[in-house]
Amino acid sequence: MKKLSLLLLSFAFIAIGSMVNGQDSQGFKIGDKASDFNLKTTDGNMVSLNSLDGAKGAIVIFSCNTCPYVVAYEDRMIDLHNKYAAKGYPVIAINSNDAKVSPGDSFEKMQERAKDKGFTFPYAYDQSQEVIKAYGGTRTPHVYLLQKEGNDFVVKYIGAIDNNYQDASAVTERYVEDAISAIMEGKPIANQTTKAIGCTIKWTKAE
Amino acid sequence: MKVSFLVSYFLLALLAFGFQSDKREFKIIDYPQFESLTKEKSEKIRIFNFWATWCAPCVKEMPYFQKVQEEDTSLKLYFISMDDGRKPERVTSFMEKRNINSPVYLLNDVDYNKWIDKVDPSWSGAIPATLFIKPDGSKFFHEGEVDEKELKTMISQLK
Repeated sequence: MKKLSLLLLSFAFIAIGSMVNGQDSQGFKIGDKASDFNLKTTDGNMVSLNSLDGAKGAIVIFSCNTCPYVVAYEDRMIDLHNKYAAKGYPVIAINSNDAKVSPGDSFEKMQERAKDKGFTFPYAYDQSQEVIKAYGGTRTPHVYLLQKEGNDFVVKYIGAIDNNYQDASAVTERYVEDAISAIMEGKPIANQTTKAIGCTIKWTKAE
Repeated sequence: MKVSFLVSYFLLALLAFGFQSDKREFKIIDYPQFESLTKEKSEKIRIFNFWATWCAPCVKEMPYFQKVQEEDTSLKLYFISMDDGRKPERVTSFMEKRNINSPVYLLNDVDYNKWIDKVDPSWSGAIPATLFIKPDGSKFFHEGEVDEKELKTMISQLK
């Protein structure tokens, strides 16, 4: 009996250990119900999934100010929002980087960036990093395409925006657009997850 | 006149070549070339560190990798740059400034989804990331920044 409880205890420790270390293997998978959030945005409002008017879903993008890959994609993020918000899939960009670790990603710098680039979508600050931990984002930019089913937002696609960060005109696979088209046409999504090189999340350091 | 031009051109080329061979190793490669590099036979533990000049945590950990390789002859280090292949001078000037002596290959293949899983299925794509290959061909992969102590621990576990 003692042996068994010891064994169970050690399993519990292993489980906790892998939860702490495996930040990237945790989080939402395709088909999971995404949790809602309530985050302040650069325009002084709050944004949550359930407050999106008439939304059929959302394009949630973990983003920041400082990552060159994000910078390369900012115009395409604006284009995505302008194209799909009216169709029910607005972009919500979320910065989860710790401003102490990455001063260029502070809320003030977010406001500057949103103004300079003329972001048409909400740009929200996940200061506690709870949202990105729940979703399992590991890099910027990292897209979670959500589809509203009843009152739930279900994860339909996770990954990159497309397959060429350097040159928008040389893109041959538009992962996010293709996924939304597939959803709208009731077809299966060809690429449900993709990977791309990106910047690490600047996690808050333990004091 | 023509001959002297040719001769001076030849001398210049020779000079340039001389400097070149003296210089650090830098090459722009695609994914298949990277894959054949990883498949080369080696008696050393080979370390492929994925980085970019703009990536602060990458730049921070590079000296640890250089130091560890200098101290341990059983290691062979390669820096695999994720920089923009259209601007290789960013990498070469970085190598000069930071005195990077290990070979640097700029992996210029932006269709990332096609090859990230081939490097290692556990890689999300964030950098820094490091691939270790033992002489027997077995692999170990780590995503994220390391300090010198963590790096040494990883290497000792591979031995």
